[in-house]
Amino acid sequence: MKEQLVVVGNGMAGMRAVEELLKLAPDKYAITVFGAEPHPNYNRILLSPVLTGEKQFGEILLNEDAWYAEHGITLYKGKTVVEIDRRKRVVKAADGTSAAYDRLLLATGSNPFILPVPGKDLPGVIGFRDFADVETMLMAAKQYRHAVVIGGGLLGLEAANGLMKQGMKVTVVHLPDALMERQLDAPAAKMLKKSLEDRGLEFVLQGVTQEIIGKNRVQGVRLKDGRELTADLVVMAVGIRPNIELAKKARLYCERGVVVSDTMQSYDPAIYAVGECVQHRGQTYGLVAPLFEQAKVCANHLAHFGISRYEGSITSTKLKVTGIDLFSAGNFSGGDETEEIVLQDAGAGMYKKVVLKDNRIQGAVMYGDTMDGAWYFQLMRDGTDVSNLRDKLLFGQAHLGDAGHGDIKSRVVAMADSTEICGCNGVCKGTIVKSIVDKKLFTLEEVRAHTKASSSCGSCTGLVENLLAATLGGDYSTAPKKKPMCPCTEHTHDEVRQAIRAQNLKTIPALFQALEWKTPDGCNKCRPALNFYLLVAWPGEYVDDNQSRFINERAHANIQKDGTYSVIPRIWGGETTPAELRALAEIAEKYEVPTVHITGGQRIDFLGVPKETLPAMWGDLSAAGFVSGHAYGKAIRTVKTCVGKNWCRFGTQDSTTMGIDLEKMAWGSWTPHKFKLAVSGCPRNCAEATIKDFGVVCVDSGYELHVGGNGGVKVRATDFLCAVKTPEEVKEYCAAFLQVYREEAHYLERTAPWVERVGLAYVKSRVVEDAAGRKALAERFLHSQQFAQIDPWAERAKGTDKHEFIPLKMVG
Amino acid sequence: MQAIAKAKTTGWIEIGILDDIPRQGARVVRRLDGDIAVFRTLNDEVFALRDKCPHKGGPLSQGIVHGNKVACPLHDWKINLDTGMAVAPDEGCAARFPVRIDGGKVFLSLIPEKGCPNA
Repeated sequence: MKEQLVVVGNGMAGMRAVEELLKLAPDKYAITVFGAEPHPNYNRILLSPVLTGEKQFGEILLNEDAWYAEHGITLYKGKTVVEIDRRKRVVKAADGTSAAYDRLLLATGSNPFILPVPGKDLPGVIGFRDFADVETMLMAAKQYRHAVVIGGGLLGLEAANGLMKQGMKVTVVHLPDALMERQLDAPAAKMLKKSLEDRGLEFVLQGVTQEIIGKNRVQGVRLKDGRELTADLVVMAVGIRPNIELAKKARLYCERGVVVSDTMQSYDPAIYAVGECVQHRGQTYGLVAPLFEQAKVCANHLAHFGISRYEGSITSTKLKVTGIDLFSAGNFSGGDETEEIVLQDAGAGMYKKVVLKDNRIQGAVMYGDTMDGAWYFQLMRDGTDVSNLRDKLLFGQAHLGDAGHGDIKSRVVAMADSTEICGCNGVCKGTIVKSIVDKKLFTLEEVRAHTKASSSCGSCTGLVENLLAATLGGDYSTAPKKKPMCPCTEHTHDEVRQAIRAQNLKTIPALFQALEWKTPDGCNKCRPALNFYLLVAWPGEYVDDNQSRFINERAHANIQKDGTYSVIPRIWGGETTPAELRALAEIAEKYEVPTVHITGGQRIDFLGVPKETLPAMWGDLSAAGFVSGHAYGKAIRTVKTCVGKNWCRFGTQDSTTMGIDLEKMAWGSWTPHKFKLAVSGCPRNCAEATIKDFGVVCVDSGYELHVGGNGGVKVRATDFLCAVKTPEEVKEYCAAFLQVYREEAHYLERTAPWVERVGLAYVKSRVVEDAAGRKALAERFLHSQQFAQIDPWAERAKGTDKHEFIPLKMVG
Repeated sequence: MQAIAKAKTTGWIEIGILDDIPRQGARVVRRLDGDIAVFRTLNDEVFALRDKCPHKGGPLSQGIVHGNKVACPLHDWKINLDTGMAVAPDEGCAARFPVRIDGGKVFLSLIPEKGCPNA
């Protein structure tokens, strides 16, 4: 027997809750939806392009009539619910239609606030809320000339722009002295106003509406200062108020909105509420991303899973207002206790401001170039100390040359549809935009799943986010307070790492049980991460779980596109001998290796080796004195060197020996992501140490230590850590840096994003300033190496994990 | 001789014992006309699929097994082990082969189930 769920309201929040509920418990409820509007659910945010004529109404529908029918949902369009009988658990609409409920979901949205001035009820005075308003505006544009929009916020400007595109002469009346004062500071607001005036809009700032004049229809707007503006149409865009009339009538507890708990439940346990009608922890929301979060939580509880909480949303706003990119987050105004860094290029239509307090970002506002909005927002939420980034902060994430998408910067709107956005997967702009529209995608994750764009290396993520914002008018990715490790859990990486120590968890199954994993055996994202975290926490104790390793690490070689493997033996510090080279050549010939390639890490690579051949080849390599190069792993890779003082006339120290010693110390260690080192013999830096995770630049007085560099997809030069005098110090600092990286970074986080996330100041405090702590870290690293520095190739040549390399059976 | 003759008519062959296959892992049955991957899940269920990802032909046997799915090691497509179908929104399939456990021994049929064009 199905329970009855009645939904009052057929808008975006309510229908998202129903969609989420159908994913979790499709057969639990017989669902009835009452919608006051005569339409199925549509994307209210896209009413703006419908007004300008860029889209047809049919294109912005989210759930068409067929969808309701398909899921057995009874949809009453154009029926307004006017009464809830909470005792009998029945709702009644204006036309008498009634429905009984076991659970009721209120999603009544909000109403536009109409100024209580004389004349407000004249025909031609409307809000900008629903399709009926848009139809009124389109009809007025055909017959009349003058429009006045009261309210210069986001919605008002969209209305004004739309009416102007439809041929009307529009004046915007705004009470404060600057436009969009909720999202923009004074300079950005000024740039916006100028830009819109250049297009033909007129503005009256600090304008107080006193009266709307007209006989049978609106004819004008009179301001307090006496001015009169001609108006055949007046659009009120001065704010929205939660629509709680029905809830209040039913004596449900309301303040500004229907008051709900973290489970979206009202004070009546049978009644839930989501969306703009809701007040949660004192907040009401008017942007879509928080409402989608609420919908997900509500569905969880309606489905009786009972494990989700809504804790409020921190929002950043990435908007496209009338074609102009805007971004705003946090406290963007600043004040006496804060400082501001500003980058402004009015000629290029660009303005960026970051507000700091104690070297931490409090807020940001951006006009024109919003590519780095997400980065500032992340730094803000993490409370990262940005003192070492200060001089480059406003120039963006300092990626000196992101590979894979040419010279594209932020002007996604101007790009041709055929422009390739994602270089890894070959996805062009047109494909992405079509997917967003046809499949009704809202978030970056959805675009990744449906188009593969931004799903491999991630360097085009900023572009894809901008495309989303451009297509939808805003950025709707949820910005959860904390990001879970993977879909199997609500816990973050840091929480899991802490729990492993605090609760003495020694195996993956024990962890799954203690932390209440949602799946019986995790997924391909969390199992490798957990395997690594346990290994770091319990060196020598934890038994590695082979089946939780990526194929490369399980097979100790790099899988290639045809299922053969690549074999790269370790060549210490990039220095070899004729005997070694001869041995390698003989082995390559013996096994008929198709391609021999010299790697960027100063090693030699055998490509095209069948899996069954690996143990035998490793046996020969082992006999010739070689060990695994770990070129396939989230592990210590290479230490590149230049020849240094031994040979070079410029060499200040023996960089080659330093490099070999570092490699001998560190090889075999598993790390959160691949870890590359280099030692250059002088500041000419021929070993390119300043794009390495740990780079040493020898100088006359000793050794400069550099950290957090990255060649590859996002090129990042290292941060200077400190200078030391002796090779022993170099090794100690290196071991300490490695160990704090291993113990604290998230799995699959290179040192570059890790250092940016925690701040260089933190890394210095652990590795440079705290001498005792540094020694302890270095000791822990060396201790872990006792269990890690075992050549996996030699083991497997002797028969370990035999089953990995041979087929179970040969047939025919 | 007899075993081969029997295999030719029924398609079923004995391939080993359950413990030959690592839990949450797979082994390969090698054939000239295409390998078959035999999977064992956490709760000891076995499945067999053509060892070829519908995306770009990657060896599914080398992927990480979780629940009743495997993640292809090449580009991370998820394939359902019980149906052979890729997880939405990806589209495609790897042909299924009947496989069963009898007295601790694993038997595999070389005749694929119908339904997937990639047999």
